[in-house]
Amino acid sequence: MTADPQFRRLARFVSPADRGFAAIVYAGSILFALLIVALFVELVLGSWPSIVKFGPSFIWNSAWDPVNSKFGALPMIYGTVVTSLTAIALAAFVGIMAAVFLADFAPRWLAAPLSFLIELLAAVPSVVYGLWGLFILAPFVRTAIGPALQHALGWLPIFSGPIYGVGLLTGGIILALMIVPTVTAISRDVIAAIPRDLREASASLGTTKWETATRVVLPAARVGIFGACVLALGRALGETIAVTMVIGNRPEISASLFAPSYTLASVIANEFTEATTSIYISALIELGLILFLVSIVVNALARLMIWSVRGSGA
Amino acid sequence: MRNQHLGRRRIYATLGTLLALCCAALGAAALLAILGYVVVQGIGVINWTFLTQLPTPVGVPGGGVGNGILGTLIIIGIATAMALPIGLLTGIYLALFGRGSIPEALRFLSDVLSGVPSIAIGLFAYAVLVAPLKHFSAFSASFAFMMLMLPLLVRTSEQAIRSVPQTVREGALALGMSNFRATWRIVLPTARPAIITALLLAIARVTGETAPLLFTAFGSQFWETNPNSPMAVLALQVFNYAISPYPNWQAQAWAGAFVLVFAVFALSLGARLALRRAMRGFEA
Amino acid sequence: MSSSTTLRINSATFTDELLATNDLSAYYGVRKAVGNVSIVFQRRAITALIGPSGCGKTTLLRCFNRLHELSFEARVEGTVLLDGEDIYVNDADPMAIRRRIGMVFQRPNPFPTLSIVENTMAYGGRGLTRAEKFERAERALRAAALWDEVKDKLKSSPLRLSGGQQQRLCIARAIAAEPEVLLMDEPTASLDPIATAVIEELMASLAEQFMIVAVTHNMQQAARVSDVTAFMLADETGVGRLIEVDETAKLFTKPADRRTEDYITGRFG
Repeated sequence: MTADPQFRRLARFVSPADRGFAAIVYAGSILFALLIVALFVELVLGSWPSIVKFGPSFIWNSAWDPVNSKFGALPMIYGTVVTSLTAIALAAFVGIMAAVFLADFAPRWLAAPLSFLIELLAAVPSVVYGLWGLFILAPFVRTAIGPALQHALGWLPIFSGPIYGVGLLTGGIILALMIVPTVTAISRDVIAAIPRDLREASASLGTTKWETATRVVLPAARVGIFGACVLALGRALGETIAVTMVIGNRPEISASLFAPSYTLASVIANEFTEATTSIYISALIELGLILFLVSIVVNALARLMIWSVRGSGA
Repeated sequence: MRNQHLGRRRIYATLGTLLALCCAALGAAALLAILGYVVVQGIGVINWTFLTQLPTPVGVPGGGVGNGILGTLIIIGIATAMALPIGLLTGIYLALFGRGSIPEALRFLSDVLSGVPSIAIGLFAYAVLVAPLKHFSAFSASFAFMMLMLPLLVRTSEQAIRSVPQTVREGALALGMSNFRATWRIVLPTARPAIITALLLAIARVTGETAPLLFTAFGSQFWETNPNSPMAVLALQVFNYAISPYPNWQAQAWAGAFVLVFAVFALSLGARLALRRAMRGFEA
Repeated sequence: MSSSTTLRINSATFTDELLATNDLSAYYGVRKAVGNVSIVFQRRAITALIGPSGCGKTTLLRCFNRLHELSFEARVEGTVLLDGEDIYVNDADPMAIRRRIGMVFQRPNPFPTLSIVENTMAYGGRGLTRAEKFERAERALRAAALWDEVKDKLKSSPLRLSGGQQQRLCIARAIAAEPEVLLMDEPTASLDPIATAVIEELMASLAEQFMIVAVTHNMQQAARVSDVTAFMLADETGVGRLIEVDETAKLFTKPADRRTEDYITGRFG
């Protein structure tokens, strides 16, 4: 008698206890999947009136005028992109350098506590970052960092204009601090996973340890490190509270990094409870939908890159 | 020819290493700076009144975040009660039925969810539980928190169950146990330390979440225990106080931040310690 | 149908069949691991299953307690008869089978979150009072020659025991369920020589109550311990085949098949 495949699978769950068990397990998993699908569906449903009314021009329209029910997301997209790019520029440099140090240079007694401290940065709640950013960092930017940059590089448009303290730069710095642990931790793992023989081969050619790290190991790890940066970028794009507290909340596009601005997440946070008309609410939900879709794309990209280097289980 | 430039290369190497060290130190220093300010600014304001009293109107001295702390506990409690079964069951499914297109699809969905900004999840909770019912509620906040906790719980419970040696599970089945009994009595208890750690870390994650609360729990000035009504939450109070123009409230924001940081760090460290101790017992 | 006839031992001493297979083949997906094995096991005997690595002996063993089907894309063809009934019939309950056919694994696998005594009561025992279950546990631990060593620490963790003690605990756990057959998959492979000797002695006394089928890598162990030996070998396509079955003494002194002779004289494997 040939046992047919279907019998084989069922054979695992023959007793009544097992059938009940299987049912509950299936139910839980289905519920999980349904919740996520429902998330997408609700966001689309909620934004539908706005999508229908404004169409694709929502993305490149720069007027955010609740009174006249004219909504364009461009200033918010600008603010989100600029703060996130600033953040990843800063965090990538600091994070990768830190990862190199922790993976290849730090003695064990130093590497562990230092890594731990950097990882703790990820545990700090967003609102605490915002608080610190608002009362400590923003004044510091206004009184120290800003004037220094303007003094040295004021001819660049990004460092021109009045310095309020809150603005794109402060937002970028806060975001950078929040995502540095992501960059560092993943990059450090990726670097550590680069096989030893590569380093030894380089060392045997008479290079310094630094040269080995920067010219041999980093290039070998670049895909995974890039993935770490993309993942961190994804986190920066969606960050809400800390940025809201230091960005200045003005829906304008300005070339200067010192100018106040607005991000997709901040406008939702600030205006949702005050939104009076349903088209207003729908526009805000559409911003949420944009955030959702962007986060999916960015995260998928990032995980592809990290998996290709580390194997599964990112 | 190589030796000609060795001196210069050594200098670059030293500078480079120093730069890398500074970057690592910068990260650690930033953390200490943040913690330092929170402690310094906050600790003076913390007292029993602060932790147990209701907020007072502007200008009236005293007042506290008692209702916010209570609200945080209630909302996280309900969220955990919802997230744990769903996450655990999904993790069990993935661990038992490992390969195949449906398990892979579930893992993909879990990854998607873990990357969704918390404000978008707040919008989801709003659409499902606030708009139709026409009022804010703590339960909708718990719903949002549940969504935030799920990916972590699913991924870790799958890993925890998978890491129970195959031979232990087979030993249970070979005794004639049903899959249910083998999983419930043998596999899950063995995986329990890891699952508890995951739970503590998930709780630590949502303790500081603020964005979804803005339009789910909404906040309150009073003591509230009914999940069906708006409720004060500590993180939300810190946010509102911080952006207010009143020094008294701003000082309370720092104190509230201190409590939040303390709670989150205690949970994270506690989780890791618990895991390490359990792992040690394992290998005894 | 089967190309080989059922190998049966022609002997007056072994006439009591308990477990038998007929044209049994085991697959992992499309790969055939065990091919057309027909064998009869006698009730009061220790049967050793020997052969080089990869010959399918463990796979064959796991077909007997329906553990094989837990593997990915695992499949079985043919029949396995326990006391005359096919264990793979459509409405057969694998758990009931596994309660009648116990197993001891290659590496000791006590349940880490249960105490020593809880391990020996883990089989379930619906309808038994706690006192009865404890009695069974004590009997099992005595039969596994472990009682004296653990009687003062029944509630402690099994992970504190040595490898040999853990394996005896696993044996006790299996026999506490009072199975009819005890399968042993290289039970002493991970143990030191002294622990190995203890378990080999144990097997002789256990054989009075249970039919034992033991896979072993170690020919000397097979020769020492078993009454009947079955030799398996993978053919050119990698399918494990049963080559010869006979009383141990006969198989090791006067094997009927050339390949058996080559193996036991060490010419390969």
